[in-house]
Parts: sequence; structure tokens; C-alpha cells
Amino acid sequence: MGKTTIPEEELMHPGHIACLGCGGGLAMRYMLKALGRRTIVSVPACCWAIMHGKHPSFALDVPLVNTAFEVTGASISGIRAALDAKGIKDVNVVGFAGDGGTVDIGIQALSGAVERNTDIFYVMYDNEAYMNTGIQRSGATPEGAWTTTTPVGTTGDWKKGPKKNMVEIMVAHDIPYTATVNVAFPEDFVKKIAKGKDIVGPKFYHAFAPCPTGWRHPPEHMVKIAKMAVDSNLFPLFEVEKGKYRITRKPKKKIPVKDYLRLQGRFRHLPEDVIEKIQRGADRNWELLLRKEEFTADF
Amino acid sequence: MVKKVITGNYSLAYGCKLCRAEVVAAYPITPQTTVVEKLAEFVANNEMDTQYVKVESEHSAMAACISASLAGARTFTATSAHGLTLMHEVLIWASGSRTPIVMGNINRAMAPPWSVWADHLDSVAQRDTGWMQIYAETNQEVLDSIIQAYKISEDHDVLLPSMIMEDAFFLSHTTEAVDIPEQADVDAFLPPYDPPEKLDVDDPKGFCSLVMPDWYMEFRYLMYEAWNKAKKVIYDVVEEFEQKFGRNHGALLDNYRCDDADVVLIAAGTSAATAREVVDEYREQGKKVGLARMRFFRPFPADELRSLAKEVDSIGVLDRSFTFAHGGAFYTEVAGALYNSPSKPMLKNYIAGLGGRDITPATLRGLYDELLQMKENGPGQEIEWVDLKDGAPHGEVP
Ligand SMILES: Cc1ncc(C[n+]2csc(CCOP(=O)(O)OP(=O)(O)O)c2C)c(N)n1
Ligand SMILES: [Mg+2]
Repeated sequence: MGKTTIPEEELMHPGHIACLGCGGGLAMRYMLKALGRRTIVSVPACCWAIMHGKHPSFALDVPLVNTAFEVTGASISGIRAALDAKGIKDVNVVGFAGDGGTVDIGIQALSGAVERNTDIFYVMYDNEAYMNTGIQRSGATPEGAWTTTTPVGTTGDWKKGPKKNMVEIMVAHDIPYTATVNVAFPEDFVKKIAKGKDIVGPKFYHAFAPCPTGWRHPPEHMVKIAKMAVDSNLFPLFEVEKGKYRITRKPKKKIPVKDYLRLQGRFRHLPEDVIEKIQRGADRNWELLLRKEEFTADF
Repeated sequence: MVKKVITGNYSLAYGCKLCRAEVVAAYPITPQTTVVEKLAEFVANNEMDTQYVKVESEHSAMAACISASLAGARTFTATSAHGLTLMHEVLIWASGSRTPIVMGNINRAMAPPWSVWADHLDSVAQRDTGWMQIYAETNQEVLDSIIQAYKISEDHDVLLPSMIMEDAFFLSHTTEAVDIPEQADVDAFLPPYDPPEKLDVDDPKGFCSLVMPDWYMEFRYLMYEAWNKAKKVIYDVVEEFEQKFGRNHGALLDNYRCDDADVVLIAAGTSAATAREVVDEYREQGKKVGLARMRFFRPFPADELRSLAKEVDSIGVLDRSFTFAHGGAFYTEVAGALYNSPSKPMLKNYIAGLGGRDITPATLRGLYDELLQMKENGPGQEIEWVDLKDGAPHGEVP
């Protein structure tokens, strides 16, 4: 067996109540492996508000505070301020929030925390909808997806328009470090989070985390689908450090987005022309990313 | 001890500094702005050793205070009107997570129509959020109440947040001579915050986690018990404060010349200061009038009101806000507390001073005159809007 760089210590234990094949569960597990015990986590309303267990059960080995849906950025600002007031410097403060709690209702508090250059980690686990409330669309739901509030119906009323580009929104804040991570690539995931420990200021991670329940695919396909999102260039793995782009995986053989889409019930209804549009979007974004990497190479 | 001539807002800032708040998170709004500016100045000049989080909204200010408090820090914020009401969700979060945050609120009217002047609706609308509420009458009381509030809130029998109210402009921007206590005396009175539980990497726990219906009520009942214990803690702290600093602003209900009074007016905030003058004037004329100042609206002084009810024939309740219920909030709650009391004086509700309209001695004389006649004449119109313009409310408002 090959050697892995992933720490063996588990800080997330059995007893959590994630669905079978939950990508968000792995995201927390890898994040904690990367950061270790000296970590405080703030979690807003989202699936993870439930997943660590109902009172008095608690599946994690780090302190965690549940907060209101839209306040993650403010909550971690408060924790950091309290630790600073007490002179505690060696504790990581992490906001761990869903896509809805980040790109929609929590974007203001996050923007404020990043603008204030708060020394925090923020991990958005992206399952591309409001899953905890039963699969409603969020600003991170991709074009073409069925959700319960984009129900297709008889009129083709699926999600229209692209998802918000959170990493670019963070880059526009001049954030010291931001990266995409994906639960199908744990080594890359852990490495990028661990890297943040040496960077003072805000670190934002966009973590791709499929949801079998909401995406309508069998739980055992979760990692495969997450990997295909990268290999189809729909979700490239890269990081931006002080404005410098670096792509951390360049797929050797690009797969068509169609292969990724057709494994998921949420895209079942899509006509050919929309699939082509999604393909063009992925190609364009990949090209743009390559150029950004080239353009910022000597930053 | 130094005496400084300062505004109510500076009293808030000096109070926060004397209490050594470790984390301040705040956002500006008229008429609170000079609080956040003064605190910024203290921090910038190293007169205060504080982490000052200059958040992007009041909602975030309160959220940051909650998490900072759960991490073990003494926290402070200040706001007003739209800022306070924006916080509503997180105010409930603060009390539910048992964080002893102390906040200054400048009572300002809610829009629309826009108004920046005194009115109590902003805080009255937060009466169900689980915060203690102190309505101050003077700038001295503002400062002293902060010191008292931390001591009450941080008591392990209580662990509930407190907000201290001052009337917009009447206190926030009006200067008064205020005794600023010595730092050493405040330190001796108020030890550092020592929470029973906190976010601690050496003792990892989950805070505010989901509870099923089999436990939720018990969590709320624990808060109810804390409320009941808070009343005793308030009396103790007020007494200890007087011993240490020589001042007593009253505990829950601040009774003034009520002992042998026939009629009493209940009021809160600066209108109580005016009422005191009128009481003195009427007492000199031999009229048996008194004032019961609602110092704490939360916890609600139900027992104190029942004792008062034994002594008097008529009570007028002045509300500087209107809550679209059967009368103002103070009125309905006073009536509720007296319903099961053996003595039931006649009650009347006066709605006055909304949106910063002056509540003058002449106005209050009118109310006392009516109260003095009430035993003979009855209460008349139960809920009366005082000093409306001629023609209103039936006429047209330009
Ligand atoms: C102010 C507020 N509005 C709405 C909700 C209801 N709510 C709870 S979780 C949630 C969706 C969360 O979606 P996301 O952030 O993507 O996390 P996920 O559930 O997908 O893990 C919503 C809408 C809430 N808790 N608070
Ligand atoms: Mg989601």
C-alpha cells in the first residue's frame, strides 16, 4: 500500500448522523485531520448543525459552537477576538458552513470578516443546495439542476444561470489565501488546509461535497461523482495565494460534462442544448483559469 | 474619584472601559455613534486593552459578542432602534446561550416615518428576548448600571445578558456631571469574568446543539429559574454597589414618595426625572402623589407592583411607545401583574412622548390632576394618547 500524507488521528467519530455517502461528512473529517485538536469550530444552520449529534451526543473531539444561519463570519470574528484578548495564539478558528449559509444569507458576515483580515479559516462545504431544509436551490446550485424550488415541471423550470463564484469573490477581497478542495482528493484537501496554518489572515476554502440524497444518485457513487466534477473541469482544483493562481490538478484526460451529469437524477431532464451550454461554460472557465495561472505566474 | 461633565453616551463608553470589556463589537447608528467613536479613541490611545471588532452590521456585532462570550471573554456592544431590531434573532440566541453580554441601547423611535428621537418601542419590542432591561434616568445611572449589569449578568445563578437604555438626546447627547469611579474600586467590585463553561480545546464540547422535544422545555425552564434568581441578585448587587460607591438608583422598581401616596405614576427613562419634580411640587401643596420608576422592565417587578398596589387608590402608567395591543406594553404588563393581586387600584394608560415629543412638567401635572380625581370620577378613557395635536387623530396629518 502506498504511503499517505493524511494524519491518522480521527477527530470525527462514529455516532455522527450524516446520511449514507455524505460528502459534507468527509469534508469535516479531512478538515479536522489537517488542523488537529487545537481547533474551535463554528457551525451555522446547515446539515452539519445536526450531523455532530443531538444533545447530549457529540461526535467531534474539538469544541464546536452552533450559531444562527447567517452569522458564521461574525461568530469566528468573535472567537478570534476573544482568543486574542486572552493571548491565545495557537488555536485555529474555523467557520464550517454550507453553500447556502455562505454564498447567500451569510455572505455579508463573511465579507466583513475577510475585509477585516481576521485570522480565521472558513470552509464552505458545497452540496449545491439547501439540503438540510429539503433540497431547495441556493446561489450555488448549478445551471440545469432540479431542486424542490426549481422543480422543472412542465415548463423546464430548472435552475437558470451559473452558480456564484465564491473563490473569485474572495479574490476580489484581496484574501491572503483561497483554494478549492474536493472530498475525492483527500491529500490535496488536507495539504491545502494545513498550508493555511502558516498564513495569517483569512483563509477561504470552497469544498466540493456531493449529496446523494439531494443529487439523486446512489451513495456509493459519491466519490466517483466528486472526482468526475474535477476531471470534467466543472470544478477545477486550484489555489490563489496573494493573487497568484496555481492549478493543483490538470486532468490528463478531460471527460465530457455529460458523463458527470447523467449519473445524477437532478440533471435527468436536461435537453441536449442545455448540456452543450454547460459544456461550453466548463471549457470557457477552464481556459480562463489557465490564463489566470499564466498571467499571475510571476506574482 | 473624578467628576466629569459628560453625555450619556460617554457614560456608556466610560462604563465599558471601567469594566474592562475584553471584546467590543459594534456598528454605528444615530444617536449611538459617539459611543463607538469614544471606544475607538480609548483603544487607539491604549487606554483600553480591548479587541474592537468593527463589524459590518449590528446583527454581526451581536453574533460576534455571543461567540466571544462563549469563548470566555467579557463583551460589550451598543446600538439603537434599527440596529437593535435588526439583532432580534441573535438577541434570543444570546440569552439562550447564556452569554452575559452587556449592551447600551439608545432608545430611538422606529421608522417609518424616519425619526431619531426618543421612544421606547425599539427595546420594548425586545422584551421577550430573554435580556434584562434597565431604563436609566440620568447619565450617572447609565454608567453605574453598566458596572451593576456585568455583576448581575455574570453571576453563575443568572448568566443572562443585560441592556441598558438611555433616551435619545435627552441623555445620549446631554451633558451632566458624572462621578467616574476609581478603576481599583471597580476592579474590586467586579472580578474578571469566569464562565462555568467555555469553548476550550482542552475540554471539547458542543454548544447550543440540537435538542429533541424531550429536553427543550428543560433548557427553557433553567432560564426561567435564572430569571427568578436574578431578582435577588439584583437587590444584592444594588446594595453592595451602594456600600462601595455610595449611590443607589433603586432596584427593580424605583419608588419615589410612594409610601403614603394616594396616586402613583409609573414611568421609565427621562420622563421619570420630570415626574420627580412634579411630585415634589405637588407634595409641597399637600397632594399625596408618588412616582414608581420602572427601572428594570425585565425581570418584571411584579411583586414590587403588588406591594405598591396595597397602598394606593389609582395608578397611571405612562408608555413612551405603543405596541398595538390593548394599551402600551408597560400598561398591559402592570395590569397583568395586578389582576391576581388582592388590592386592585384603578388603572389608566397614558401614551406620551412618542418620537421625542417633550413630556413636560405641565403635561405630567395634567396626568397627576386626573389621577387625583380618579377615585371620584373613574378612569374615563382607559387608554389615552396625551398631547396629540388639535384635530388628530381624526383630522389630517400634513
Ligand atoms: C434565518 C434563517 N432562515 C432560514 C433558516 C432555515 N435553514 C436552515 S438550514 C438551511 C439551508 C442550509 O443550506 P446550506 O447552507 O447549503 O447547508 P446544507 O443544509 O446544504 O448543508 C435553511 C434554509 C434558518 N435556520 N435561519
Ligand atoms: Mg448546501
